[in-house]
Amino acid sequence: MPFDPSQIPIVQIVFFVMTACAIGGAIGVVSSPNLFHSALYLVLSLFGVAGYYVLLSAGFLAVVQLMVYVGAIAILILFAIMFARRLMGQGENQNNQQWWLSLPIVMILFAVLVGVVNTVSWPVSGAEPTGDTVMELGHAFLGSYLIPFEVVSILLSVALIGGIFLAREKVEAEEA
Amino acid sequence: MQSLIDWVLSFQNPWLTEPIVRLLSHLVFAPIVAVAAPAALIILTWLERKIIGRIQNRLGPNRAGPFGLFQAFADMVKMFTKEDITPANADRIIYNMAPGLGVISSIMTFAVIPFVPGFLGADLNVGLLYIVAIGGLGTLAILMAGWSSNNKYSLLGAFRVVAMMLTYEIPMVMTLIVVTMAAGSMSMAAVVEAQSGMWNVVTLPLAFVIFFMAGVAEVGRSPFDLIEAESEIIAGFHTEYSGIKFGMFMIAEYVHMFALSFFAAVLFFGGWQVPFVDVSSWSGPIGSILGLISLLIKVFSFVFVMMWLRGTLPRFRIDHLQNFGWKFLVPVSLFLVIVVAVVIRMFAPGSDVSVAGPLSGLVPFGEWVALLVANVLVVVVSLFVVSRVARSSQDKGLRAVAAIEGVSAK
Amino acid sequence: MMPIPLSWWLTVSAALFSIGVYGALSRKNAIGILMGIELVLNAVNINLVAFWRYIAPTDISGQVFAIIVITVAAAEAAVGLAIIIALYRRRQTAVVDDLDLLKN
Repeated sequence: MPFDPSQIPIVQIVFFVMTACAIGGAIGVVSSPNLFHSALYLVLSLFGVAGYYVLLSAGFLAVVQLMVYVGAIAILILFAIMFARRLMGQGENQNNQQWWLSLPIVMILFAVLVGVVNTVSWPVSGAEPTGDTVMELGHAFLGSYLIPFEVVSILLSVALIGGIFLAREKVEAEEA
Repeated sequence: MQSLIDWVLSFQNPWLTEPIVRLLSHLVFAPIVAVAAPAALIILTWLERKIIGRIQNRLGPNRAGPFGLFQAFADMVKMFTKEDITPANADRIIYNMAPGLGVISSIMTFAVIPFVPGFLGADLNVGLLYIVAIGGLGTLAILMAGWSSNNKYSLLGAFRVVAMMLTYEIPMVMTLIVVTMAAGSMSMAAVVEAQSGMWNVVTLPLAFVIFFMAGVAEVGRSPFDLIEAESEIIAGFHTEYSGIKFGMFMIAEYVHMFALSFFAAVLFFGGWQVPFVDVSSWSGPIGSILGLISLLIKVFSFVFVMMWLRGTLPRFRIDHLQNFGWKFLVPVSLFLVIVVAVVIRMFAPGSDVSVAGPLSGLVPFGEWVALLVANVLVVVVSLFVVSRVARSSQDKGLRAVAAIEGVSAK
Repeated sequence: MMPIPLSWWLTVSAALFSIGVYGALSRKNAIGILMGIELVLNAVNINLVAFWRYIAPTDISGQVFAIIVITVAAAEAAVGLAIIIALYRRRQTAVVDDLDLLKN
């Protein structure tokens, strides 16, 4: 019997590695006492999620995830943390007074979600995605989803202008 | 790649079933590509020293080996034997992770480069976006290095990197969009195939110029080497690094530069294509070898141009850099995307879109000429606008420059 | 066939969602809260893409939704960080408990 590499449960292995990244990273985000480390754990977690997208055969989304989250959002967060070192409150307790209350609540939430997920029988279809997803996405954005697409682009412009306006240093106002 | 797999399969060996051969081919070729890129560092550093030396009227390295070729090995030995210092107040784990991440991110870009017809690591249908996404990891490495060193010069260097990378990523992505539109696909192999008639650099010269400028800025080489401006911030983000970790940042920089040269060659100069010869139709290895030689000639030309730039141009000032990026490159590249989109739509055949473009009968020559004209038009219009703005500006210096330019133009 | 059942994805996504909610509830620092919210948005995206892949793989809508969520997350991060920076300039703190005054 020749060794058959297709028998290796490669997809499952990748899934568990990515889960370790995503969930481990997420736990690091909420538990690390150092905010800079939190942000790096966030990168790890987002990287794991990008791996999920590859497994779900959404390659375009995986690359967009890396580009937008790791390449832009995470770097922006790190930048903000570095910009204002005292923001971190290093050495202080990073949790507020209600963290002991939120922990059991979140655990109950997780238990309820898992319960629901495993009781509902999902109408899984065995079909495979067809065609070039990138091209299909393009057609969808400029076809049936044209208005959401335009609304999102307006939102981005508004966020851009608003971000600049808010973060701009008002020199005169500071001195007064 | 496929032909090689077929060749191995033709032995009919019971142990070599197709999945095994496929797995083996990945296991063999991935390390070759991953090792070849840093190994090129040896040639690159030697070339750089020789070329910069010639430009500065020196001989360059000539002691170790013939023509100083072994200088890189001597440097390597020096680097390996240096003391590996971690600053006392450094964030130890991040400090040690950063150089590795930098090297990994620069090597990962090689996965999508089509070296010869039918041979590339992964023909992603989002290859062009992948380049940009992996570039973000490199930025992250520099940010980690700058922050964890716990040194204000490192931190300043890291700030500069982020500011610069965010600025120059936008024009770069815009030119990638232009290339995508011209090729009709984001796969690197398809981009090369689409240039079999005419190279992109001829039809989209402005996109190439913007891509190359933004690329040099992304790599952080002169004249955009503010990241490590010695006279201002010591050595920038790697001030505190020594020994092999410093060497890893060097490797990352050179591999990144090498990768940028590959991208410029693949996206705008037809990749492995040889002018007037259809290499991909040749059977056997000769076509592939010829394609690889053609690609490498292009790549090393770009490497040379980058070294030439370093030898001749002074460094930008940080505010000039930001102004140039945001106020010139970003608007021009946006404008270019719109213009190219309109031109391509005019020539689109009916099979791609519901209504064929009005000029679809003139493909391909009409399209090439129209794209070239559109590019030149964008250059002329943007330079005209800049000179008008400069002349009516409140800034005396700008007005003076505009006046000189006006005189020399006449 | 699919080597991973849909419920695994949904469980992972639920875990990510819960951790994110915990981060947003328990963190004192505004940037920590923002990171928690990013995790929640990612959990939503995993769900959207998993449902697209398993239930309606021939219809691209699932990915369209996910991309819109990513865009909104980017906008949210930009504005959120701008607000935090502006607050930090004015009050020298990003701890949300200390930001309990509407005036100065």
